Amino acid sequence: MIDILSRFGTSLLIGQFPHGPLGGIALTVVMSAVALLCAFPFAVGVAMARTSPIAAVRRLAAVYVYFVRGVPLLLLIFWAYFVVPLVTGVGTSATVTVICALVAYEGAYLGEAIRGALEALPRGQVEASRSLGLGYWSTSTYVVLPQVLVSCLPSMVNQFIILVKDTSLASLVGVHELTFSANQINAQLLTQPLEVYALLAAAYFVLCFALSRLSQFLESKIARIRSGSTGSAAVVAIAEAI
Amino acid sequence: MTFAILEQADIWRLFATGLRLTAELFVFAAILGFGFGAALTALRQSNRWAAPLVIGFVEYHRNVPSLVQLLVWYFAVPQVLPAILRGWIEQNLDGFVFAIVALSLNAAAYISEDLRSGFRTLPKGQFEATEALGLSRFQALRLVLLPQAVRACFPALVSQTLSLFKATTLAMAIGVGELMYVARRIDGQTYATFAAFLVPTIMYLCCTLAIMFGGERMQRRLVATGADSR
Repeated sequence: MIDILSRFGTSLLIGQFPHGPLGGIALTVVMSAVALLCAFPFAVGVAMARTSPIAAVRRLAAVYVYFVRGVPLLLLIFWAYFVVPLVTGVGTSATVTVICALVAYEGAYLGEAIRGALEALPRGQVEASRSLGLGYWSTSTYVVLPQVLVSCLPSMVNQFIILVKDTSLASLVGVHELTFSANQINAQLLTQPLEVYALLAAAYFVLCFALSRLSQFLESKIARIRSGSTGSAAVVAIAEAI
Repeated sequence: MTFAILEQADIWRLFATGLRLTAELFVFAAILGFGFGAALTALRQSNRWAAPLVIGFVEYHRNVPSLVQLLVWYFAVPQVLPAILRGWIEQNLDGFVFAIVALSLNAAAYISEDLRSGFRTLPKGQFEATEALGLSRFQALRLVLLPQAVRACFPALVSQTLSLFKATTLAMAIGVGELMYVARRIDGQTYATFAAFLVPTIMYLCCTLAIMFGGERMQRRLVATGADSR
């Protein structure tokens, strides 16, 4: 196992990076991070549409969420291959295509997580804001979202873990991320599949396990802040925590 | 966008065989996954020594992508087995069996966690009452504890079933000819991408929506009968 690491360690970590495209764990993390960052505003939009006062908007968003939840991610990736070039008019790389599919996918799942937090916010917050004369958009941006998005922080980290795991599917369409690198190394060595795939599983495990601990830490921290203090003190404390 | 291929009977036969394999993967993996998941929960509750092992099992399956778990089973695990067994496996087992093993173990890890959190919602008095009534441990589990625990975690179990169904697509990575594999092959051979993916999309959506709405219906019925359950 050590000799595999010393021979292929850098290619598992960063692919052929300085001399070629980024790959390995680095590409896995970059793809997940980019997908999460792009999905976030989209997911907020989906969550607001799901709780919109306009029935038609609510229904449209529900159809979108049910469609994405009902279709395997792999199929979404294949659809992205077909649809993204049609929409943008230019041929995009496999990496960008997969990121587009992940954004569409996360938009629905993260959107549902944010919707849960939106619905958990006491009605009085919105009512108070509206009675102070703020409109729908001002209420959303100044009152609702700041409170909701803080409580979504742990689930954001959880979604990041899910994304890290889901990027492994990109190997099936030829993106040179971690799983693809391992498959390549296995094909080169031929005789040591156990070592190669144990390393692969271990790499994902370390990454995701560490992230899941981070999510638990954030969750307990937010819960402590919420229970320990009230009103503006809580807001200050949360701002400090972030 | 051409739909001409959909007029060929061969194409529909291919889709049908793909759908059948997907259904077989799902049914076998679901049965094994639920059985094994329940066993894991019982093991973790009852045996002090087994608990860390179960925790390790669950953490492995939660933190490693399902696709990688599948590759580990298909490529790596046969290598550690003795040579005789390995020869037999190579001759008799194909990706289908490995896919069922990997998918069911993955589902079992998640299901065992859901069931455990279902049991944790039960007040201690429930168990004490069954003892006071003289029920055996098995009777207590079957008649009193399990029905309540399953009710508590039913939505989570439905969503695990849904994930398992969608995860059957991963089997294409190890050459199982399920629906996604078929779709890709038809796309590669005919270049009728839109039609080749539209048909499986509709098939998958029918199945997953049936699971989602069926689950919601059952959930409502469970809650309705919960008050006067025997």
